[in-house]
Amino acid sequence: MSDPILAATGVSKYFGGLTAVDNVDFAVHPGEVVALLGDNGAGKSTLIKCISGVYRPEQGRVEFNGEDITHHAPADIRSRGIETIYQDLALAENLDVGANVFLGKEVTRRLFGIIPVTDDITMREEASGALDELDIHIPSLKQKLVNLSGGQRQAVAIARAMYWKAQLVIMDEPTAALGVPEQRKVLALIRSLREGNIPVILISHTMHDVMAVADRMVIMRRGAIVANIPRAEASEELIVRHIVGSAENGESAVMI
Amino acid sequence: MAENNPQARTQSLSFINPRTIEVLTKSWSYLFLLGLVIYFSVTGTGFFSVRNFASILTTSTLIMLMSIGQTYVVITAGIDLSIGWTVGLSSVTTARVMRDLADSGNDIAYAMLIGVFAGLLVALIPGLVNGVLVARIKVPPFIATLGMFGIVRGAAFLLTDGQQVVRGLSAELREALRSIGNGSLLYYIPDDGFHWFALPPDLEPQQLRLVSQLLPYPVIITALVVVIFAFILARTKFGRHTYVIGGSEEAALRSGINVGRHLIIIYVICGFTAGIAGVLHLFRFTAGAPQAGEAALLSSVAAVVIGGTNLFGGEGDIMGAVVGSLIIAVLQTGLVILNIDSIWQFIVVGVVIIIAVLVNQLQAALERLQANV
Repeated sequence: MSDPILAATGVSKYFGGLTAVDNVDFAVHPGEVVALLGDNGAGKSTLIKCISGVYRPEQGRVEFNGEDITHHAPADIRSRGIETIYQDLALAENLDVGANVFLGKEVTRRLFGIIPVTDDITMREEASGALDELDIHIPSLKQKLVNLSGGQRQAVAIARAMYWKAQLVIMDEPTAALGVPEQRKVLALIRSLREGNIPVILISHTMHDVMAVADRMVIMRRGAIVANIPRAEASEELIVRHIVGSAENGESAVMI
Repeated sequence: MAENNPQARTQSLSFINPRTIEVLTKSWSYLFLLGLVIYFSVTGTGFFSVRNFASILTTSTLIMLMSIGQTYVVITAGIDLSIGWTVGLSSVTTARVMRDLADSGNDIAYAMLIGVFAGLLVALIPGLVNGVLVARIKVPPFIATLGMFGIVRGAAFLLTDGQQVVRGLSAELREALRSIGNGSLLYYIPDDGFHWFALPPDLEPQQLRLVSQLLPYPVIITALVVVIFAFILARTKFGRHTYVIGGSEEAALRSGINVGRHLIIIYVICGFTAGIAGVLHLFRFTAGAPQAGEAALLSSVAAVVIGGTNLFGGEGDIMGAVVGSLIIAVLQTGLVILNIDSIWQFIVVGVVIIIAVLVNQLQAALERLQANV
């Protein structure tokens, strides 16, 4: 197998006396979709935040493209190509698609050769191109995002990550707020990211999504990784047993 | 994803063109202003005249200048309640500096120039403090600027030793102030013609009554400020980031916008345009008055809202505030000309504010309907 693009080794994160992430080794290879699964409080989000720089792990090391990015600032990690798409998407819904793809990195042109002004036409065209590449069609790019559907907004967030040459996309429950047709579209987007050789870490509670797109399932429980299952060997039942903790202990699946 | 959503197709074929709705709901305030002007012109004697329009424009400058900075603040989902007193602080400071410099034997022009600088500079202080409180210490804008309301009010009255005006402005200084504050770049006298900068010295009293000021200096100055800040908001990266912060502070932060610094600059801008208003007030009325902008504060917020700026942030523009200010000024003048008790202006402005909010909500609802979300 190729070298991992992302490698977290021995990562631990504590909150007071609570061990949120416990000595975790986690790697992602180019072009693979890794599902990160686990019950609420299993440590998925904390692990992701240790990677994206939101949290600083107490122990361990995170490497991206062979470089140590442990304890780097979130903005720096983003600029290196790790794009996290949160549930709330971090979009400005009062602005149009072009403005959102270029949020904080607006294209400017010089008015009368001196005054820099925002170049909305170029931004809209570039955004349109990025959406086309992902095979997404939004009727009017002049529409404010507030008037777009949840799936369309998700698509804008993904298009933004793509446009800025994300090398690793982390998605936190991307289909949670969507209707069924839109869920399918988002899954298709994840596949097209993989086809573009861009790895995806997918946090999801929706077993259907995971089975549909993931190449590998990584299951966390109580801060530790308890299973790492290739798609070929995975079944919904096996995954659920690992999530609730009955697979390794031989306990009954009915807990709680 | 419209192709997966047959309903969206049917909707987009519906007879109402979303652009039409958008244009109507966005331009209702322009139409309302036009309607008011036509109404008062038809019913009020003397309303429809160049002289009166120049006077309305001059009246509107105070509210308009304040509403420019306020628009920036409101777009970021904030509000600045302190600028009414910032106007006064600026007016009083300018008057005192001019007086003291002129009295100690300095050239009048020099005293005025330094006074103006001092007045503009002092207006930045409450803005800066507001900005730091809101952006760094996360005090809600309403509370931070309400506190500043009291502080600036007190400071302005301290500078006049508790008096209603700054005492002791020399006649010479007042005349110099008046020549700008009540002056015009271009005058028109019927049966006589146009005059630049100043009136001919030998005018008959009845001729003097007919003089029209075509380009009053306060209007020119205000127009310049409008153009500059409208341009910054609509066309520059700084303006765009203002909308991003108003739309989602979280999105702004994650996209690398320095939200804290941006907010501080915006509150400083708000203080700055109030400072210009205060300096102009002094030039127009030749008296440094702490309460110069007191009544105009709520009018400036009203102008911003009437102009379509969303109090929850993210939407609005300077032209809206300009139109809102003009509506208020036209109402003030029109009601006086119709001999209606000027108290009615409060009621009418109140009704217009409520209409404005309703139209904004209608617009949002219609947009959602059109987009079929």
